[in-house]
Amino acid sequence: MAKPGKDIVIEVRGVVAGFGDHIVLDHVDLDVYRGEILGFVGGSGAGKSVLMRTVIGLLPKRVGTIKVFDTDMAAVTDLERQAIERRWGVLFQQGALFSSLTVKENLQFPVREHLDLSQEMLDEMAIAKLEMVGLDAKVCEKFPSELSGGMTKRVALARALALDPEIVFLDEPTSGLDPIGAGEFDTLIATLQRTLGLTVFMATHDLDSLHTVCDRIAVLADGKVIAAGTMDTMLASNHPWLKAYFHGKRARTSDMSRK
Amino acid sequence: MSDTLLEGTTEGERLRLAGAGAWIAENAHLLESLIDSETKRRRRLKRVDIDMSGVERLDTFGVWLLERLVRSFSARGCDTKITGLKEDYRALMDELHGVKLDEPPPHTGGQVIYALASIGHSIVSIGQSFGSIVNLLGAIVVTLLRLAAKPHKFRLTSLVHQLDNVAWRAVPIILLITFLIGCIIAQQGLFHFRKFGADIYVVDMVGILVLRELGVLIVAIMVAGRSGSAYTAELGSMKMREEIDALRTMGFDPVEVLLVPRILALIIGVPILTFLGSMAALYGGGLVCWLYGGIDPDIFLSRLKEAITLDHFKVGMIKAPFMALIVGVVACVEGLAVKGSAESLGLQTTSSVVESIFLVIVLDGLFAIFFASIGM
Ligand SMILES: Nc1ncnc2c1ncn2[C@@H]1O[C@H](COP(=O)(O)OP(=O)(O)OP(=O)(O)O)[C@@H](O)[C@H]1O
Ligand SMILES: [Mg+2]
Repeated sequence: MAKPGKDIVIEVRGVVAGFGDHIVLDHVDLDVYRGEILGFVGGSGAGKSVLMRTVIGLLPKRVGTIKVFDTDMAAVTDLERQAIERRWGVLFQQGALFSSLTVKENLQFPVREHLDLSQEMLDEMAIAKLEMVGLDAKVCEKFPSELSGGMTKRVALARALALDPEIVFLDEPTSGLDPIGAGEFDTLIATLQRTLGLTVFMATHDLDSLHTVCDRIAVLADGKVIAAGTMDTMLASNHPWLKAYFHGKRARTSDMSRK
Repeated sequence: MSDTLLEGTTEGERLRLAGAGAWIAENAHLLESLIDSETKRRRRLKRVDIDMSGVERLDTFGVWLLERLVRSFSARGCDTKITGLKEDYRALMDELHGVKLDEPPPHTGGQVIYALASIGHSIVSIGQSFGSIVNLLGAIVVTLLRLAAKPHKFRLTSLVHQLDNVAWRAVPIILLITFLIGCIIAQQGLFHFRKFGADIYVVDMVGILVLRELGVLIVAIMVAGRSGSAYTAELGSMKMREEIDALRTMGFDPVEVLLVPRILALIIGVPILTFLGSMAALYGGGLVCWLYGGIDPDIFLSRLKEAITLDHFKVGMIKAPFMALIVGVVACVEGLAVKGSAESLGLQTTSSVVESIFLVIVLDGLFAIFFASIGM
């Protein structure tokens, strides 16, 4: 495992964001270290997706600073921003595949834009990435509307990984996957993290993922990060919400299955 | 620096390849050509040793190229071995080792067959789209009959909302455009008729043309572009997000909930717009006759009274609801034909507008023949 502790790749300080009168993030502070898998939890509607979109730059923040790779995202030029965007991959909660492109074209699209590769190499890489996420070459020619929910998730993950990014943002990657698929997915993420030094920022509700692959967990509630630390810290915490989350009925079953 | 990525030395039937540097996405292009040149070279080889100890960084692109190197030598029956690969990359290598590439899809026919097939497909799709227009018309009539029996089920709110969108909000633009068209016809008429000293007949021309043809045609075309396209896009994106399926599973009939209010709104709205539009065009014509042609408004009005009969007005107004029906039905059919992709939404919206304008003009021609034969 990588050693979290030193190198901060994402630094969020005092970020406020919201829609109209509705403040979703209220002075959020968060660090993500290089090479770690950060599980990000919080109730539905707590603002996990909003924080992710704010970090990526899809939503404007009102106050605060966001630094990615030590660069203040508010002060970058367009070119620098593009260079940084090339280094991260994003899996949206709804997949966000391009509906008029086939699966293969979806995977090749970012690669074609950024790298100068032969068509043969593009095709092979598309199939390789598909197999990595547990699909096979048969889905290549399908359109996104012809995929099942879980397949959409996998293709979207493959697209997020298409350029071998340094950071991946995953918004509920395992929701809609069967338990076996979700387990394979966790293994895949762990493998990539180990081999490529990937940093993973993962919003999830999947307690199994949190247990098995996440190095650290951050908890978002009431617009703030109320806790961040390892699973053991979470389990030891006395905060009522954390207790309900990690010691609830579902948590116990997922905990028991591990022992 | 390209030659440092991969270097090969041959010793008899044994090839030693030494990788170095960063085997990452940015270098994949160079690396690919190096690998291809190594594997394509013709020589007799028994053993290939790939030494990866000089490679500092690897990513999936690099690992895949390595895998490709191994595969192509193995396929030629060489004994291939990788040494010095960092332990960290083992798992990724194993992952990619299992990747099965599929065979390229079989070629289906040549250019000629393709051309013929696409003509065939177009003809079939024209037939299908005609079929579905008739089909939907039938469904709407059936639903209307059912609603006539149970009027309380009729969705008045929805109808009023649609009327607001397609009729009320369209009034300013329709008035403006028809007014301008009236002005232009009168101006052109005056300009040419003046040569024969027949200025006054411009009033006949403007009156008959506007009431019989132009008023209703301009309005129908505007409505097709304005509301027909909106209907197609709305229904299409509802179809894409399975909202229509959701309605159906809740026991609602999409025709009753979505289509009938929309089409009825057009059938009510278009005649009103036609009436307003015709008046605006006559007004514009009169204004130009006065300012540009020197025909006093009094004279214009009395001449208009002589020139036109109620029949001219009726012809225009009778056509209006039929035009509305065609525009509405085509828009709905095209909207429901949207498939899953954003591209198909765009395509169907375009074809909704093109098709409904085409059919409006065809219908106008049929009406012209009909009214001529009954002497109206
Ligand atoms: N585009 C938007 N306009 C207005 N409000 C929004 C918008 N997007 C999100 N919100 C609001 O922001 C809040 C946080 O939403 P967010 O999508 O971040 O939740 P989440 O933590 O990702 O929940 P989930 O686990 O269900 O995905 C919610 O109250 C939501 O209503
Ligand atoms: Mg979310």
